[in-house]
Amino acid sequence: MEVRKTDVGDTRVVKVNDSRIDAAVAIQFKDAVRAVTADGPRRVVLDLSDVSFIDSSGLGAVVAVKKLLKDTHTLELVGLTPVVAKVFKLTRMDTIFTIHRDMAAAVPALAS
Amino acid sequence: MIEVETDDDAIRVRCLSDMFEVRASLQTLMSDMAGRDFLPEERGTVELVLAEVLNNVAEHAYEERGDGRIELDLTYVPGGIAIALQDFGKPMPGGQTPLGMPANLDVEVADLPEGGFGWFLIGELAKDLSYERRGEVNHLTFRMTLGESAV
Repeated sequence: MEVRKTDVGDTRVVKVNDSRIDAAVAIQFKDAVRAVTADGPRRVVLDLSDVSFIDSSGLGAVVAVKKLLKDTHTLELVGLTPVVAKVFKLTRMDTIFTIHRDMAAAVPALAS
Repeated sequence: MIEVETDDDAIRVRCLSDMFEVRASLQTLMSDMAGRDFLPEERGTVELVLAEVLNNVAEHAYEERGDGRIELDLTYVPGGIAIALQDFGKPMPGGQTPLGMPANLDVEVADLPEGGFGWFLIGELAKDLSYERRGEVNHLTFRMTLGESAV
């Protein structure tokens, strides 16, 4: 599980470079995101645009990251592909996370 | 190594209860569906439900041992697919599938649920879910509606 960080002003964008967050990699995902948010900006935007599949274990891992970071960071999401968006909507987790339509909405500095 | 058998209207996969065998099985099933004109979103929904039932077998019936046999038959039927899943692990607690209630999200962030979504998702997306323990074997069957009439 590879994630890549990019800082844009006061935001750290963390892009998941993997097509799946499933039971096989849920723990690695959690550890990888925790590692790249240990320092740097407090606002974290998790870019899921390359993730075409997530299962309930993967969803649990995203929730776990939000809980891990809750006292130190804010965690927002961007780039949900159709199946990922469906899992968030069915479980109503879309009401718990701030979810941006695209990167320009999540990080306006990138749009200009 | 997973075993795969296909014919005109079905695909049968045999694998072990290991996360990577489960993943390989899902990929095999999805590429079979991709060759049959299902939309990517429909395949994604099927993959989600199959991932949940297979992970459940691996985690609970076989208690994460990784060496339990799983047999999954996917049959293409008018208006969708029918699934028959067999394993030889522990029975479902209470002899039935969990109810799969929606998670309570009206809580502090620290108390948000990190699990328990699986059976809820299965219940929302699968139809005619039926579980039976016959001898030492778990049998789970369900259908999914696909195509224009899909939810």
